[in-house]
Amino acid sequence: MMEKMIFGRYVPAHSLIHRMDPRSKLMIIFLFVCIVFIANNSLTYGLLAIYTLGMISLSKVPFRFIISGLKPVLWLVLFTLLLHLFLTKEGELLFQAGWFSIYEEGLRQGIFISLRFFLLILMTSILTLTTTPIEITDGLESLLHPLNKVKFPVHELALMMSISLRFIPTLMQETDKIMKAQTARGVDFSSGPIKDRVKAIIPLLIPLFVNSFKRAEELATAMEARGYRGGEGRTKYRQLSWGLKDTSMLIFLGILTALLVLFRT
Amino acid sequence: MNKKKLVQLENVSFQYPLETGFALRNVSFDIYEGEWLALVGHNGSGKSTLAKLLNGLQFPQEGTIKVNGMLLSEETVWETRKKIGMVFQNPDNQFVGTTVQDDVAFGLENNGIDREEMVERVKYSLEKVKMAQFLDQEPHHLSGGQKQRVAIAGVIALRPSIIILDEATSMLDPRGREEVLETVRELKENHHMTVISITHDLEEAVKADRIIVMNKGELYREGSPEDIFQMDEELVQLGLDIPFPVKMSKLLKEQGVSLSRHFLSEEELVEELWTSHYKK
Repeated sequence: MMEKMIFGRYVPAHSLIHRMDPRSKLMIIFLFVCIVFIANNSLTYGLLAIYTLGMISLSKVPFRFIISGLKPVLWLVLFTLLLHLFLTKEGELLFQAGWFSIYEEGLRQGIFISLRFFLLILMTSILTLTTTPIEITDGLESLLHPLNKVKFPVHELALMMSISLRFIPTLMQETDKIMKAQTARGVDFSSGPIKDRVKAIIPLLIPLFVNSFKRAEELATAMEARGYRGGEGRTKYRQLSWGLKDTSMLIFLGILTALLVLFRT
Repeated sequence: MNKKKLVQLENVSFQYPLETGFALRNVSFDIYEGEWLALVGHNGSGKSTLAKLLNGLQFPQEGTIKVNGMLLSEETVWETRKKIGMVFQNPDNQFVGTTVQDDVAFGLENNGIDREEMVERVKYSLEKVKMAQFLDQEPHHLSGGQKQRVAIAGVIALRPSIIILDEATSMLDPRGREEVLETVRELKENHHMTVISITHDLEEAVKADRIIVMNKGELYREGSPEDIFQMDEELVQLGLDIPFPVKMSKLLKEQGVSLSRHFLSEEELVEELWTSHYKK
């Protein structure tokens, strides 16, 4: 189940968005997060919405995957909407029932802010749905590379990320195994009061931790035996290739930004 | 044997920090080019420590280790690691990459090999261990034997002259073990690789050209598999288990069946049994 949460996000396909360089995707997301705040009227929000929908259709990810990614944040969006509806008291009065009143500005703000939320989540979903975690790691490593100059351990961070990604399924298998072993010894994980269930996790966590330490040590030995001595002088097997599509996508986002600035009020 | 000495150990002693007593005491032997050497011994006999010393993961307090005539020291350790590849016991804990090809490339990346060359070597090494069709597979979808073969591919991609198997088959099921040993045997025969297999499984040691028995940090006995298995009771006392065919031939002899010698493999024993019966 947890595996689905972390890895099931990626939907393999051969769309334009899938084939884009992870660096350009990361840059676009970052810029998008910034320009979302430029929009302040229906026209500009409309432009952003059209752009986002366009990206979704280009990614060829089935719509249900995108919807399932939205579910967990739906409440947050709804909460924002209600907060604005109730608390913003500007503009014309639209509706009143006793102490409860809705103003025009509140409705407008509420819709815009939740739309902003929605668009941000949609765009980041497109990133995780079309890019494997390891590609994102590679992209980040490459983008953060200049930070090496200020002694920021970029390579180490990327290695850490890729090792954790590699070990997540292994540790899940192990958790499963330990759980079965402890169940066989009479530990009950699934019933009883919360207090007992939390207690039951202890005999699961301790072996898992002990084994992880052992794994870490053995992995370090194996890495050293294979000639690992830090990022210096290392070449990279995975290659990122920046193509015309990446440049054009960025230029397109630039045009969108210009339009937003032009039409905002 | 008039072969080239690839590794020379001279009076090597080693003690782990904070421990009393030596893990290795005054060990000297040579490893020849192109041979399959099995280092056997009970837990704590010092055989795994030897592997660590050969790869420069630890350095001996006394004595010297020479690899290809070059003294192994802090300065030469990275050169040595290119010549000696190691496969460890736990298939999972030596798999660094997120996919098969990334893992094979890991050692190449560490040594700063150009990308074009890397692609070629990854492909070549995976073909050698018959894992070429698993290029993009993730480790948790592979069996133990497959993971160990990927580890071997990672080793041969660096083109070492020696490959050390440090209990590399002990966590595998019989089929995985056979796969791995078969792969190593092929590499040894077709690519003139020197193999050092560290094991407590004497069935594995039977296949070696030469066996060194370690006990309590000392070199106990050295010889061909035939010589070593003549020791039978002595081996049991050292905490080692005798391979089934050897045990069987011994028991048969006790029952009065005349056999010309102790047989190391099941086929040889069967052959002897049915032909001897036929002769009567």
